[in-house]
Order: sequence, then structure tokens, then C-alpha cells
Amino acid sequence: MLRPGSARRWLAAAGRWSCRLLALLLLVPGPGGASEITFELPDNAKQCFYEDITQGTKCTLEFQVITGGHYDVDCRLEDPDGNVLYKEMKKQYDSFTFTASKNGTYKFCFSNEFSTFTHKTVYFDFQVGEDPPLFPSENRVSALTQMESACVSIHEALKSVIDYQTHFRLREAQGRSRAEDLNTRVAYWSVGEALILLVVSIGQVFLLKSFFSDKRTTTTRVGS
Amino acid sequence: GMHVEVKDPEGLVLSRQYGSEGRFTFTSHTPGEHQICLHSNSTRMALFAGGRLRVHLDIQVGEHANNYPEIAAKDKLTELQLRARQLLDQVEQIQKEQDYQRYREERFRLTSESTNQRVLWWSIAQTVILILTGIWQMRHLKSFFEAKKLV
Repeated sequence: MLRPGSARRWLAAAGRWSCRLLALLLLVPGPGGASEITFELPDNAKQCFYEDITQGTKCTLEFQVITGGHYDVDCRLEDPDGNVLYKEMKKQYDSFTFTASKNGTYKFCFSNEFSTFTHKTVYFDFQVGEDPPLFPSENRVSALTQMESACVSIHEALKSVIDYQTHFRLREAQGRSRAEDLNTRVAYWSVGEALILLVVSIGQVFLLKSFFSDKRTTTTRVGS
Repeated sequence: GMHVEVKDPEGLVLSRQYGSEGRFTFTSHTPGEHQICLHSNSTRMALFAGGRLRVHLDIQVGEHANNYPEIAAKDKLTELQLRARQLLDQVEQIQKEQDYQRYREERFRLTSESTNQRVLWWSIAQTVILILTGIWQMRHLKSFFEAKKLV
């Protein structure tokens, strides 16, 4: 998956710390470039992000759920007029590319409202246009020399390596989260099973004893 | 204002109160999950239920935190030298990420080994409980039937 690299990484638990009456709406800046953020989405909550985009810019939104429940989330992307450009329910991972048709503030929201008690950790990467050039004030009249072109290709290749590493790290975190869930469930099940074993074996004995107890009537001889 | 707290896997790294604008930097000392928490203590917000706050956030990590035009001006680098510097920074970031993955793999191996130990001991314990319960059952029933003069 060859994509331009991402510029920022953020792990935040904003929802947990903010006052419950407040909804923190975060503006992610980026005149060109990308933002990648990993945030916590509490149960029954919705978190929205805003981005000012100029017309004609090619943008990519990619998200992945890292921890929590069935590892799925609802995602919705709207343009400044409120038209829904992308809407998916209960997705684990997806990538969406679009070209901005008008200037304005685009909004995308992640929703965990279908879940009653699982928090989710969601990673998203929003790429707006191309990365800013290394020399913003320079006018590119002359063509790049061979060395410079080589540097540019190495830069792009390394960005792709960093991108793969990010996805690998996310998969590792997700795998670890699943393993920890499994561990908890197996621990509870083992303890439960041991208790059931004890209860059943003691119960069997007393039940059997009750079959043979005298009822002040005839005592039946139990033949072998 | 906003209150900012930064936590790393070992504890609290930063805890500061800012006004309506603020800027902070930190260097990570341990690998792992770092948390950045932003908390508004504006009393005006607390009074009105459902108050909303729009926060502008800009986070730069690793080599993206470098301002290359500034570095070029400070160190007086040519374009090619600057590009080489950028590539070096990227490669350094890749190396750090690989170190992190190696650390994670080691932790995973330790966890797997400890889980293996625990499963082994648990299985032995469960078998012992089963056998002891069986023995108890038989002895208890035997003494019961002997008391009832059925055996």
C-alpha cells in the first residue's frame, strides 16, 4: 500500500478527562501534509474532527480500530454543505480517497454509539494534498539534478517504509489486545469451572445420600 | 484555559496549566504507549450543560518535528545537504521503530512463557482436585452405606 507518509501521531484520552458536559471537537490542522491520531472513544460516544480544505485537493482518510469489543466503529465524512461523502457502519478498517469539490470545513466523525460498555481505541490518518516542500520559498524553475531526484525517490521510499511500520505496530497492538481479552476470559472460565466441579461433586454425594435416607416407611433393600 | 497531562508507561511526564494557547515538547524515555490528555477547567463551560469547545491541535512526532528551512539557515546547508539530513532523520526514525518492535517481541516472549507455566500448573492442580474429590466421594459414600448396613 504505497501512500504518502504521515506527519503527526497522537495518542489522547481526551474524552476521559474532559468534563462529561463538554464535547471536545478537535480541529486538526494541515495546509498540506497529514495528521495521524490514535484516540480513545468511550462507549455511546461520538468524536468529530474538522479540517479546512481548499477546492481540488486530493485527500485520503484511513482508519483502524486497535482495541475494544469487536474492533469495529462507525465512520462518517461530510463536506461543508452537510452532504455525506462516506458512511460506513461497524467497520474494522477502511481507506477512502476523495477530491475536495468545494472550499470549507470538512467534518468526519467516529461513533461508538452502538456499544454499551466497551471503549474503543481508534487510529486514523487524514492526508490532505501533498507534503509541504522542503524549500517553501524556492521557485522550482530549474529541473532537479540527478542527486536531488535520487534524494526525492529515497525520501518517498522511506516514507512508505515508515508507513508499513506504522501499520505493523497497529497490528501488533491489536493482536496484543485480543490476546489479553482471551487471557481474561480463559482465567474466569477456569476459576468458574473449578467451582462448578466442586459444587457438583459435593452435590452428587448429598443427593445420593438423600435417596437412601429413611422415610419412616418401608426400607427397601438395595440389591447389587 | 486547558490543563495538559502527559503520561508514559512509567508515570506522569508533564502536568501543566495553560491559558487559551500553549505549546509543549517532551522526549520519550521509555518505549510504549504515551497518553496526552487535554482537560478544560473553564468554569463557564461547566455551568452550561452541553457546552462545546473547539480545540486546535497540532502534534509533531520524531523527524516531522524538525523545521528544515530553520535547520538549513542555522547550519548553512546546501539543498543537497539538507535533503541528506532529512533522509538521515527518516532512517533514524525507522531504526527506533525497529528497536521498539524488538522490545515488544521480547515482552511477548516473556508473556507467552509465563502463560505456558501458568497453564501447566493449573492443569496439574485441576487433575489433583478431580482425583481428591473422587476419593472423598467414594470414602464418604462407603462410610454412609456401612452406617446404613447396606454393605
